[in-house]
Amino acid sequence: MDWFVPSDLRVEIKMESQLNQKPMRRRPWALGVVIFLGLILSGGGYAAATQTYQAEFGSPEQISEGRKLFLANCASCHGTNGEGAIGGPSVIGVGAASVDFQVGTGRMPGQASGPQLYKKPVQFTEEQILAMAAYVASLAPGPAIPAEEFLRTDGDVTHGGELFRINCAMCHNAVGAGGALTEGKFAPGLQGVSEKHIYEAMVTGPQNMPVFSDANLTPEDKKDIISYLKYVEDFESVGGYELGSIGPVAEGLFTWIFGIGFIIAITVWLGAKAN
Amino acid sequence: MSSTTEPKTALGKAANYIDERLTVGTVLKNFGRKVFPDHWSFMLGEVAMYSFVILIISGTFLTFFFQPSMAHTYYDGSYAPLKGAEMTVAYASSLDISFDIRGGLLMRQIHHWAALVFMAAAGLHMLRVFFTGAFRKPRELNWVVGFLLFILGMAAGFTGYSLPDDLLSGNGLRIIDGMIKGVPVIGPAISSGLFGGEFPGTEVIARLYSLHIMIIPALIIALLAFHLMMVIVHKHTHYPGPGRSDANVVGYPLMPVYVAKAGGFFFLVFGVIAAISATFTINPIWNYGPYDPSPVSAGTQPDWYIGWLDGALRLAPGHLDIAIFGYVIPMGVMLPIIVSLVFLALVAAYPFIEAWVTGDKREHHVLDRPRNAPTRTAIGAAGVVFYAILWAAASTDLIAIFFQMSLNHVLVAMQILLILGPVMAYWITKRTCLALQRKDREIVLHGRETGRVVRLPHGEYIEVHEPVDKYELWKLVDFKDYEPIMPRPNKDGKITIGTKIRAVLSRIYFEDRIAPVSKAEYEIAHADHSPAIEEQPKRKPKALKSKR
Repeated sequence: MDWFVPSDLRVEIKMESQLNQKPMRRRPWALGVVIFLGLILSGGGYAAATQTYQAEFGSPEQISEGRKLFLANCASCHGTNGEGAIGGPSVIGVGAASVDFQVGTGRMPGQASGPQLYKKPVQFTEEQILAMAAYVASLAPGPAIPAEEFLRTDGDVTHGGELFRINCAMCHNAVGAGGALTEGKFAPGLQGVSEKHIYEAMVTGPQNMPVFSDANLTPEDKKDIISYLKYVEDFESVGGYELGSIGPVAEGLFTWIFGIGFIIAITVWLGAKAN
Repeated sequence: MSSTTEPKTALGKAANYIDERLTVGTVLKNFGRKVFPDHWSFMLGEVAMYSFVILIISGTFLTFFFQPSMAHTYYDGSYAPLKGAEMTVAYASSLDISFDIRGGLLMRQIHHWAALVFMAAAGLHMLRVFFTGAFRKPRELNWVVGFLLFILGMAAGFTGYSLPDDLLSGNGLRIIDGMIKGVPVIGPAISSGLFGGEFPGTEVIARLYSLHIMIIPALIIALLAFHLMMVIVHKHTHYPGPGRSDANVVGYPLMPVYVAKAGGFFFLVFGVIAAISATFTINPIWNYGPYDPSPVSAGTQPDWYIGWLDGALRLAPGHLDIAIFGYVIPMGVMLPIIVSLVFLALVAAYPFIEAWVTGDKREHHVLDRPRNAPTRTAIGAAGVVFYAILWAAASTDLIAIFFQMSLNHVLVAMQILLILGPVMAYWITKRTCLALQRKDREIVLHGRETGRVVRLPHGEYIEVHEPVDKYELWKLVDFKDYEPIMPRPNKDGKITIGTKIRAVLSRIYFEDRIAPVSKAEYEIAHADHSPAIEEQPKRKPKALKSKR
């Protein structure tokens, strides 16, 4: 039943249950040792895994170039060492993926503070974004920019669709048309968002979005979701114009404005002919 | 009905054969002479009826392919993103209608668009009847029948909306289930009875299907027949105008004018709906996926005619729950139910309420111009605003996202508007009607201002007024005046509370009323005018005519 508990915590639970039985051959300090070893193994292993993933990213020149760009464009809010300041959170440990998403979609540098930052035209070149990502990644390990293999759209669209409806549709709408959140926050529409940015959003949880870690949705699952979104985006609507894919409200407005409007025009025409 | 000359052609012989046995000739002759007045607003009910015919035709097609079963299956149709997905047979067959049956998607879209048009046309027809006072004696019962038709339309729409068993409609059904369960004491039992156990169960689609294709349409057809029969019995109403009175109907006979017109009109309505259905997607169920009780998609809304109930749910404050003996009464659910039921009851009972308040027992066949019944028009406007705010509240999330506002602010604004909006609408409408009535009086008594200023021989300057022609005059003065009912003692010499309430309501109803111009007033106003001041119109005052 404890399959959902992260591996490092699982050790603790096991130890506690064993403590209750108080077997004679175990001494109280053994618990401490096992917890310590368990934490070293799982935590260290996790850090090692992410670090190897990160290790190849960014040459020293790229990092120093990224630092310059960061100081010039980001430091006023995020602090000169990325530690955060008034108006901006710390970026230590957010990872390259976060930088690539936020700057790569134009959300950063932020235009104005508010419940949520809007997309706007991208301010930097791909090279500059990668340099800043390398600098931020060098501060502390974090989610990396995803590998190409997970960005292909040949995944299982049925599975992706199911995962999307369970995990994403409550905010982003069933076909990713977007939706409202509380207090002026919102889940943006997903049409036209690149595969890479969708993936990065899932691993970094930008703004009001939760993080979907690899333990929650495996990279394969993420690929399936991206495949589904791209399929839906490219799918030529079979029923004609889609009216924004926002459901019955658009359909109702269309009925009242165009359907009934046109029919009333006909009634007026029929009524007028007789006079 | 024997004729002196025997028919010679084959057609004539056939017609004669039928007529001699069924006397259809007499029926057709009488029915064909029914006179209907001409006005575009009289065709709104017709639009609803035609949409209903289209619904039956397209719906019959859909029943050939739809399977109302909640048995599980794995999809194996043409739509790739659902291939292999587990779903109910109902959803799979709806997908097959959309993707794998020739003409199926067009028929589905015609059926759904026609449903939206049907309800919109029926609603507009009701508004026309309300604002022109067409519900007055002898047509009160027909108003009630029409009201029931509208409710049945909502029921037909909702049951149909739920049939495909997609995620969107399943969410809607879940909301209804929650509302039913929210009713104290009896709620859970009703829900369990409807769904055959715990939601969603395995029964509900088949039950909704029986309701949707059999019981509700049968009731609609029966009431529609009754509705139309009463139109024949009562004869049609007409707008005030030259020669029109409560004793006649001015218009054209059914045969041949209206039969041709109505026949053509049916095809025009069908054409519009078919054109929309062929070019615009409606309810893309493949986007929503199979129903699963866990996910809820953003932008989950019902069709427009259920929207006001959804809005009522959204606007109800969530912190008013009352606990009685440990039983919680969820006001977040009960308040919308109570408010909407009271609203519907007021709509259904309005003709009787108005007759009671005004004491009007006369028969009416000439319609009121809305301005000539300012309080009724104001009540109607308040009702429309109340409904519209609830309706708009069903899309608070979309309003928030499209206008970049806070969802919470939109909700609070809607809550305030729901209370304030109808009051403002009432006041503004009533004042506007009174102003228009005063303008009408001015025109009748003093004519139209021509803008021509003339100097008289003795130096006085006057503006020449052009009197309205007598056709226009008819329209402007032909309405009846009423007075508030005074509380009078009954035969025991007592003034009952009911009488007092009636008197108060009556006083409010007739407050600031403006009486139509009487003959005496008209003569006095025109007595001292010299021909120079009052010149006869050389042409029909077109500008005035088009204003109505």
